[in-house]
Amino acid sequence: MEKKIIGKAYVLGNNVDTDQIIPAEHLVFSTSDPEEIKKYGHFALSSVPLNQAGLPDGGKQFISGDNYQSEYSIVIGGTNFGCGSSREHAPLALQIAGVKVVVAESYARIFFRNSVDGGFVIPYECSIKLNDKIKTGNTIEIDIDANIIKNTADGKSYKLTPLGDVFEIVEAGGLFAFAKNSGMIN
Amino acid sequence: MGLTITEKILAKAAKREAVKAGDNIWLDVDVLMTHDVCGPPTIAIWKKEFGERAKIWDKEKLVIFPDHYIFTKNVHANRNVDILRQFAGEYNLPNYYDIGTERYKGVCHIALAEEGYNVPGTVLFGTDSHTCTSGAFGMFATGVGNTDAAFILGTGKIWEKVPESMKFTFNGKMPGYLTAKDLILQILGDITTDGATYRAMEFEGEAISSLSMYERMTLTNMAIEAGGMNGIIAVDEVTQQYLNEIGVTDYEIFKSDVDAVYHSKYSYDVSKIEPLVAKPHSPDNRDTVRNVEGTKLTKCYIGSCTGGKITDFRYAANLLFGKQVNVTTFIVPASTAVAKQLEEETINGVSLKDIFEKAGCIIAESSCAACLGGPSDTIGRSIDGDVVISTTNRNFPGRMGSKASQVYLASPLTVAASAINGFITDPREFL
Ligand code: SF4
Repeated sequence: MEKKIIGKAYVLGNNVDTDQIIPAEHLVFSTSDPEEIKKYGHFALSSVPLNQAGLPDGGKQFISGDNYQSEYSIVIGGTNFGCGSSREHAPLALQIAGVKVVVAESYARIFFRNSVDGGFVIPYECSIKLNDKIKTGNTIEIDIDANIIKNTADGKSYKLTPLGDVFEIVEAGGLFAFAKNSGMIN
Repeated sequence: MGLTITEKILAKAAKREAVKAGDNIWLDVDVLMTHDVCGPPTIAIWKKEFGERAKIWDKEKLVIFPDHYIFTKNVHANRNVDILRQFAGEYNLPNYYDIGTERYKGVCHIALAEEGYNVPGTVLFGTDSHTCTSGAFGMFATGVGNTDAAFILGTGKIWEKVPESMKFTFNGKMPGYLTAKDLILQILGDITTDGATYRAMEFEGEAISSLSMYERMTLTNMAIEAGGMNGIIAVDEVTQQYLNEIGVTDYEIFKSDVDAVYHSKYSYDVSKIEPLVAKPHSPDNRDTVRNVEGTKLTKCYIGSCTGGKITDFRYAANLLFGKQVNVTTFIVPASTAVAKQLEEETINGVSLKDIFEKAGCIIAESSCAACLGGPSDTIGRSIDGDVVISTTNRNFPGRMGSKASQVYLASPLTVAASAINGFITDPREFL
């Protein structure tokens, strides 16, 4: 597992629900076909209202043109990130688009579980409201061992809430890898 | 120190004497439910992780309802159903309810109840966030993603953190203008969409006891809209009678201890609650119907696992009897059993179905339909700047189709009253 993650931030508001992350009409694409799965990346965050897309200014598409990968690999959200449906396609879409870490004040339970158990993205919590401190496009460094997020644009660092009980699953790369490592399944 | 009903049920499923909020435990799952959107990726993960010789832990405990994208020409959507059909055939699954056959049931959460999979005291997981609906039967039920479901499919087990519980007590007798939908919108406005995140929402009180099982399911269904892990209502005579009628007799009844520990308690007097709506674009954006009365509508929608049950249509038919709708109105029975009841049940000798047809409503076939937007040919889907009032559960941007549309969530009484006038209307005008 990568212990230092560096990337550009894409900043969002509160209550980013799973329909905004991946609109329901696109859930028909295969998740096992290596070509078709790229569609999930292409449509990632495509239903975020334009004025909320890439804060503080808004109007910044997460994916440009026909791409399926985003120039942003770190998503900064507010409270209740990933609320709504149980679709695992949501953290999957972020992963396919190239997101490695989401940092939010809080998560909806199923999105958080899916992110961890599927090994898609690392869902960090931060008790500090970061979406008014970090701007879309800022380069961000995350130190997994130290649980620190740093905004290189202004040099400021903030403490992330340690992943706690689920760290072992995150570190293994998902629930199946964890269960295999620990001998639960073979 | 006492335990909540949720803690007791989870302790049983974890084969422990007791568990408390915050414990991480492994559970033995009683039923795993999936559908056409999340079933195929779940099966793919299960095959990949357990290998080609993967075994289903218990075929009797796996239930599959195609229900989301059913009546569409979308080839990818239809391919998903083909995958389920092939899987069910390959493994000879007893609980697969294929479309185009007598077995087709419609929306999974209502079908689970009608087909007797909701068994008090048990633990049910589903690849759908509204799996919490089943909690109306004094059981633990919650939604999971595909990886968790694939894990259950192969092992019958899953980890969970025992949730803290919140108690919601509704005192008094339900006034005729109020439905379970108004009660849950009241809660959502009070605690917001993350007010119950990772918690159990327990409902009780005189008003709850007076509700039918279908109305109770409206409450537990929308627990997820507050972020709740599960919604739960203890078994009483109403539950027992429902279960008796469908032949479910073997179950264990759990109740919260009087000294159980709660995260918080809320208490309401139902005589003080007014008909409510959730305004665009969030289920917690509550207001009274009176405050938004007069809002011009382009569509009305009565359907989904939240608002497409027989009780919802009884409410609506009572108002629509002998009247005409003034705006395009969709009637989407959640299940095929509900659709049949629409033909059989009558008011003054007229079937509910005829009442809706004579009022000018469009009656669709049972499925999730436009509740979640769906492919572009989905009936009732919102387009452009539609202004919709709906009995469904979510009004996030684009949820019912068009990102530019505005969706108001309300009770079937409010939607029916609004359909008659063509603008948002308090149902008391017609009661
Ligand atoms: S009716 Fe709507 S909320 Fe219910 S299962 Fe279908 S899509 Fe989900």
